[in-house]
Amino acid sequence: MAPAGARRRVTALFDEPHAVVHAIEQLRKQRVGDVTVYSPIPEPDVIEATGGEVSIVRRYALLGGIVGCLSGFALTLWSSYAYPLVTGGKPIGSIPPYVIIAFELTILFTGIACIVALSLHNRMPRLRLRDDFDPRFTGDRFGIVVQCGPAEAPGIERTLREAGAVEVRVG
Amino acid sequence: MATVAPAAGSIFAKVDRDIVRTLWAPGWRYRLVMAGVLATLGFGIFCWIYQIKVGLGVAGYAPAVMWAVYITNFVFWVGIAHSGTLISAILYLFRSGWRTTINRSAEAMTIFAVMTAGLFPIIHLGRPWYFFYLIPYPNERTIWPNFKSPLIWDFFAIGTYFTISLIFWFTGLVPDLATIRDRATGIKKKIYGLLSLGWQGTVTEWRNYRKAYLYMAAIATPLVLSVHSVVSWDFAMAIVPGWHSTIFAPYFVAGAIFSGIAMVMTLVIPMRFAFGLDDYINEYHVENMAKVLLLTCWIVTYAYIFEYFMAWYSGDPIEWASFVWRATGDYKIPFAIMMLCNSVIPQLCWSKRVRRSIWGMFVISLFVNLGMWYERFVIIVGSLAHEFVPSSWAYYKPTWVELGITAGAFAWFIMWFMLFAKTLPAVSIAEIKEAAAEGYWRPGRAPEEKV
Repeated sequence: MAPAGARRRVTALFDEPHAVVHAIEQLRKQRVGDVTVYSPIPEPDVIEATGGEVSIVRRYALLGGIVGCLSGFALTLWSSYAYPLVTGGKPIGSIPPYVIIAFELTILFTGIACIVALSLHNRMPRLRLRDDFDPRFTGDRFGIVVQCGPAEAPGIERTLREAGAVEVRVG
Repeated sequence: MATVAPAAGSIFAKVDRDIVRTLWAPGWRYRLVMAGVLATLGFGIFCWIYQIKVGLGVAGYAPAVMWAVYITNFVFWVGIAHSGTLISAILYLFRSGWRTTINRSAEAMTIFAVMTAGLFPIIHLGRPWYFFYLIPYPNERTIWPNFKSPLIWDFFAIGTYFTISLIFWFTGLVPDLATIRDRATGIKKKIYGLLSLGWQGTVTEWRNYRKAYLYMAAIATPLVLSVHSVVSWDFAMAIVPGWHSTIFAPYFVAGAIFSGIAMVMTLVIPMRFAFGLDDYINEYHVENMAKVLLLTCWIVTYAYIFEYFMAWYSGDPIEWASFVWRATGDYKIPFAIMMLCNSVIPQLCWSKRVRRSIWGMFVISLFVNLGMWYERFVIIVGSLAHEFVPSSWAYYKPTWVELGITAGAFAWFIMWFMLFAKTLPAVSIAEIKEAAAEGYWRPGRAPEEKV
């Protein structure tokens, strides 16, 4: 039991995504701030309901692609002129074949940038899971965890139950 | 998209149970097959060591046929890899629901096929320990690789393909590894906990994950088309009659998807029966794969016909002689096997009954695998053995060393796939649950029944 006056954690478990969406909407209407939503699947409706910013991964992907493309041309052109040797009767710096290297490196760097973004912004790898994590969140239950003051907890608990939570805990 | 609620999470729980129970604790059949696979792999390794010790003379090279079974295997295995990316990336972008249950196995197949393909350029080298000369690094003589050479393009293409396929596959695996972590105990929990990188399934995690996955699918799509195009240019850039052709890139890409989809069937059908995955891989999926097989069969067949047309229409007597010889000369039997397996037998897929026959399609997939291996052989050996000058015409046949290494490569590939099937989820848990939540999939339903 949390001491009187301490912040409370309300954890609700759902087995239906539309109930989660409904619960999130209700919490937003009540202007409840500190909400974490867990989902066993990348359910678009749930992700959309939480609002939030557009994923930053796209910027990493773009940057990775540009760096990959430039480095492909830089590597091929620089190394050709660093040791000039005519091969196949082609110019020393022969752009068409170098497009292939630049293309492959564009793809490679974009992919690596995506995984770097995912790792940084999802804070992975992590050895310790969050305190409010329940193993059922990766199985068959969706979860909403609300951090709130002691006075708000009963109202939030009621809202979550009414939205269709199959289990609500206040701690 | 409208959300159809799962029945009280029970479908999710069933998916977890069904997939997690396929892991670990192999039965006696698995061990028996693995023993056979390891024995074959051991023989392959012995053959390679023998070749390294004695030299490349133990291979059946007959000048000018200096590219033969090893390069055939290289092209074959790179081709096999392609279908995995088709199913995992291209069909993902097209939102094809039927890919969900087979994409994980197909992606795994891609990685293991590239690992197998990557062995052959090294096996093919006289001094395999100098393979790193291909890598562009500033060595002590400041000599860089020749970036105008298709062999260097190949190095970049295959290297990128392997890396991206691995990243894409692992990204898809992370949420599933967390699911297994939370259902395992003891040391397994620790291992899967490390592998899952601390995934918890918060919406923020999913938001970034979805974007990253989408971008990876988007870049893997042009990549897959480029890789086999680059492999085809290993040949098309040379002036050898039978190789020097502008249709080689699309021809090879279509052939790659054709052979890859056949290999997916060859792998997932026995896996379905071994693991009791009837709810996940059924007639519906096999029929869809059969349709892709039939489509790519016709693209390949069109390329076969068009090659002959162009050889005739170009008015080049050497080119025409090479193609006539391909069908009537020393390699007419491989040519006939190729035509039979790749162009004739797949026509059975016009029948819905055949397309929906799981074992029927398994047998057809075996024929296509065989036919596509022979296609690579016919293109490579059949062209080199009959070049411009009659004095350089040659007759090559593989030796026991080459055949042993080839068998070992198949064993190497199967070994990795079997290890994968017992240690990692062979069906994507999160994607199946998502399909269930969105109404694409329900256990036990008839394949075409609407949910």
